[in-house]
Amino acid sequence: MAVETKRLLTTSKAISEAFAQEMERDPSVFLMGEDIGVYGGIFGATTGLLERFGPERVMDTPISETGFIGAAIGAALSGMRPVAELMFVDFFGVCMDQIYNHMAKIHYESGGNLKVPMVLTTAIGGGYSDGAQHSQTLYGMFAHLPGMKIVVPSTPYDAKGLMISAIRDDNPVLYMFHKGIMGLGWMTPNPRATGHVPEEPYTVPIGTADVKRAGRDLTIVTLSLMVHRALDAAEDLAKEGIEAEVLDLRSVIPLDREAIVASVRKTHRLLVVDEDYQSFGLSGEVITTAVQGAFDSLDAPPARLAYPDVPIPYSRPLEQFCLPNREKIVAAAKQLLA
Amino acid sequence: MPDNDVLREMHHQMVRIRLFEESIQQAYLEGKTPAFDIAAGPVPGEMHLAAGQEPVAAGVCAHLRASDAVTATHRPHHIALAHGMDMKRLAAEIFGKETGLGHGRGGHMHLFDAATNFGCSGIVGEGIPTAVGHALAYKKQGRDNVAVSFFGEGAANQGAFHEALNLAALWKLPVLFVCEDNAWAISVPKEKATAIANNADRAAAYGIPGVLVPDNDPVAVYEVAGEAVARARRGGGPSLIEVKTDRLLGHFEGDPQMYRSPEELARLKDRDALRAFERRLIETAVLTAADAQATWDRARAEVDEAIQFARTSPYPEPAAALLHVFA
Repeated sequence: MAVETKRLLTTSKAISEAFAQEMERDPSVFLMGEDIGVYGGIFGATTGLLERFGPERVMDTPISETGFIGAAIGAALSGMRPVAELMFVDFFGVCMDQIYNHMAKIHYESGGNLKVPMVLTTAIGGGYSDGAQHSQTLYGMFAHLPGMKIVVPSTPYDAKGLMISAIRDDNPVLYMFHKGIMGLGWMTPNPRATGHVPEEPYTVPIGTADVKRAGRDLTIVTLSLMVHRALDAAEDLAKEGIEAEVLDLRSVIPLDREAIVASVRKTHRLLVVDEDYQSFGLSGEVITTAVQGAFDSLDAPPARLAYPDVPIPYSRPLEQFCLPNREKIVAAAKQLLA
Repeated sequence: MPDNDVLREMHHQMVRIRLFEESIQQAYLEGKTPAFDIAAGPVPGEMHLAAGQEPVAAGVCAHLRASDAVTATHRPHHIALAHGMDMKRLAAEIFGKETGLGHGRGGHMHLFDAATNFGCSGIVGEGIPTAVGHALAYKKQGRDNVAVSFFGEGAANQGAFHEALNLAALWKLPVLFVCEDNAWAISVPKEKATAIANNADRAAAYGIPGVLVPDNDPVAVYEVAGEAVARARRGGGPSLIEVKTDRLLGHFEGDPQMYRSPEELARLKDRDALRAFERRLIETAVLTAADAQATWDRARAEVDEAIQFARTSPYPEPAAALLHVFA
């Protein structure tokens, strides 16, 4: 019997390890945010770091997002590499100006003379009845605004490697982790939220999609928690002889358009699964990419399964009606092949 | 009282700022008559000039090093020049030229200069938190630099102002918050926008020193700013300074100023702080009339050279608009 030697971590512990290793390596890296100190981050991304690095490098901030995100921008301009955590993406409304008018534009407005090397982390996603102001994903909205990279991991391995890349990047990076991929004890258990993570520091390149499951019959382009749902659906489809390829985008900006086109050329069919609002967002962009790059290869009109254009409801049956899930992905895939 | 060299240098700064902005005003109006077309002429877009507010910039920046960060507003030229920004590159940016600070990507409200750690924001109040961040970096790096944020009295009603003051006070950061109270937020007078008479009083809410400079006088600004900068450099934390200053021109060029009477505008012009300061320097024998004239001549030459540089510089390649989104 083979001995299991691979170390397993939850995604939240993988992210926390990335922070710790980068802070060990580079004294200019520090963390700031709400409840990241003693609490360890509401979603566990900074657990244990206060004890290890002290309050100067793991700074609890007031609930003052315009203030501390603006401060992260200034610190980045003056030679630091801040990581600022804003608890929920839904809270960005109170500090949007700092993000899209300042963090994202200063490099461009300076004609390339100034850099803003910072990471803005935030939790995204619903499915646990947290209502309309604590459940959104919104990466499509940020992706629409030029000047920030957007990273949206799905696995513990990618989460660590992408975080190390984000911290080392000279651009502002918005790092969005889905609460459902973190492996938190107080969320619905998700076996895919735990996985092998090497102990040594490593990078996963930002802007490179990853084939999480190879297949020949259709391509499912997705990201974040929906990768898990798509992999579950692919197992069901396989039992019926349908081999789905699951392409995990891993970052929205830059978008790995080549990988989308290459996969669609191989499978001839495209289904986009997206937890973000359907219209004017990521799913439309991915489909445009496939149509422009692989039109001749398409055997069917591309399809999408996304969040309907409604605020996220609280009540369980209402929210679950709206969210893409395993069964809906299976049905949409079969319809695409019919 | 600052020594005579400092007085003469503040006078020189105020003169070169005034002449620079007068030349920018002239260039801005080219091609915009008889019908005003905001997109026409060698300097398109909005133009916010600071005539009357030079004492604030000259008095504060006299205490700064190029390595001290400064953030300013949509009305940034006086502060940029007083802090040492290269006048040619500033002019070229305003003309949208390749030789400008941002190679034409920023424009007059979005000036960023690595050489003088200068940045500004066209969004009212939102440049203030960045200064807090510069100061946070200085503290972490053990440097004795300070960060200075200039903003108007209108910005003091924005949340960003209050968040920034709270953070800077909480973390005891080397920041100087400078409120340029020119009494007008575009067309709305301060008494119709702000519940208290003096924004300096708001410092009390954050437990930091707040000082009102009631006169638009570079010497008074210099004295108060000197104390605040020194305190910040030695680790004493932030301060708020409010200067009652004057906006001699409209909010932007082309502003019909229906909200101010011709009498008020004439009164403001009569009490022009630059002329008053110059008269005082001559009366107190800090400057002779000939010295003063020489300062104007020297500044005239510098400004003419900068404007000429801007006019004769090439425009950027149009497709270069697509560059520098990411580093």
